[in-house]
Amino acid sequence: MEVAVNWYLALSAVLFTIGTLGVLFRRNAIVILMSVELMLNAVNLTLVTFSQSMGDPSGQMLVFFSIAVAAAEAAVGLAIVIAIFRSNVTVDVTEINLFKH
Amino acid sequence: MASPFMFFFLATVAVAAALGMVIARSPVTSALWLVLNLFCIAGLYVTLNASFIGAIQILVYAGAIMVLFLFVIMLLNLSALPELSEIGWARVGGFILGMLVLSQLLYVVALEFDLGVDPVDAETAAEVGSAATLGEMLFTRYALHVEVAGILLLAATVGAVMLAQRRFE
Repeated sequence: MEVAVNWYLALSAVLFTIGTLGVLFRRNAIVILMSVELMLNAVNLTLVTFSQSMGDPSGQMLVFFSIAVAAAEAAVGLAIVIAIFRSNVTVDVTEINLFKH
Repeated sequence: MASPFMFFFLATVAVAAALGMVIARSPVTSALWLVLNLFCIAGLYVTLNASFIGAIQILVYAGAIMVLFLFVIMLLNLSALPELSEIGWARVGGFILGMLVLSQLLYVVALEFDLGVDPVDAETAAEVGSAATLGEMLFTRYALHVEVAGILLLAATVGAVMLAQRRFE
């Protein structure tokens, strides 16, 4: 019995949806950033699955650069969280509403 | 492709860890669940014979990025935020939206669309996913891209230091 490509794609879809729900439901800005990392990982899994099943290494190059961009995104995102925490003493996204009023 | 047992074991643990990350109250617990999830995805890469990306996943994601997250959580000394007790329309709408996205994605997967090429055998896949093949591509065809990624990481580092530094007035 072989593991079909579709099972990997279905798993990736489930992980992506859990990441989306995390972004929508959580109020902690750091947990929201972690959910975004989960969504990026789900898409990377899709890319690697297609790349390996088609025998084309270009997809894994894209994953490599996607991981580099994710590292940059995490660094800048966490720096913004620290800057907001310095001025606001909260990481609750419902209380960060400077531009709302 | 890999044996079904390894796939289902890793997939189950990955989904459980992802759910644990979203549900956990404390941010530290959330981060540790995400580390488990990232290790499972690295294992799934190895079952796909993509050993290089699996190693990069553990080194960069489970190592560097998650240490950064845990460092920031402990630097800010966060306690668990009180979660919203009432079920507002935003949460119900968000849940419905998420289920719509999931059903749409699974519907497309279940259509069993034709890739147009036959899946390659395990030996070819292991060769495609090896560090030798990917490293050669990285330093020939994608050399410019590597330089641009390096500049992006430099800009992100400088930007992060600029944003996070304490300003004295």
